[in-house]
Amino acid sequence: MLVLTRKKDEAVVIGDDIEIIISEISEDKVKIAIKAPKNIKIFRKELIKAVEDENRKSVDMSDLDIDGLREAIKK
Amino acid sequence: MIIKTKFFDEIEISDKDIVDFDEGIPGFPGTHRYAIINDDNTFISYLQSLDSEDVCFIMIPPVFALKDYDIEISESTVKKLSIERPEDVKLYAILTILGNFKDATANLKAPIVVNVNNNKAVQEILDDERYGIRHRIVKESDV
Repeated sequence: MLVLTRKKDEAVVIGDDIEIIISEISEDKVKIAIKAPKNIKIFRKELIKAVEDENRKSVDMSDLDIDGLREAIKK
Repeated sequence: MIIKTKFFDEIEISDKDIVDFDEGIPGFPGTHRYAIINDDNTFISYLQSLDSEDVCFIMIPPVFALKDYDIEISESTVKKLSIERPEDVKLYAILTILGNFKDATANLKAPIVVNVNNNKAVQEILDDERYGIRHRIVKESDV
């Protein structure tokens, strides 16, 4: 893993078309600005983690009353 | 083709029921091929992994959970799935049911997006504050 030190208003460039700018620094937070092509997905990591956790819960439904559910949302 | 399923033992599906998740599904990175099995008497569709019999998601149309559900699909997904027009797209929301089915919630934050023309699919993660990961589908008043 590459670790770089940057000051406010400095930037790093990744590949040909991604730029990450340190726009604000306070005691326990940094604000960053990201310039990237629209086809690059950018997420807060905790959101991806939340989706992964929810998917695992959705699959792990061992005592599911499938017939009760089917009855509840029948057409 | 006959496949093994989590809820219904073996069932027969056709090629058009098979969708490909090139990137896998978050939390299940190794699973790429799934069958979408519609439960004709209900609003449920099952997303059954063909790689792992125990992996099966239960899905509903997101509009069943929230009638004004209206999302913008990212440019990245439009490209990846080769989506050309809105009619190409079918959306599903994954249900989570912990305990009683009356407490079922739908993941409206991360819908399954399928291009019905080429059967490519992704789980899209929305940057949209209106929709949550756990949206209750059975209203208190209905219980």
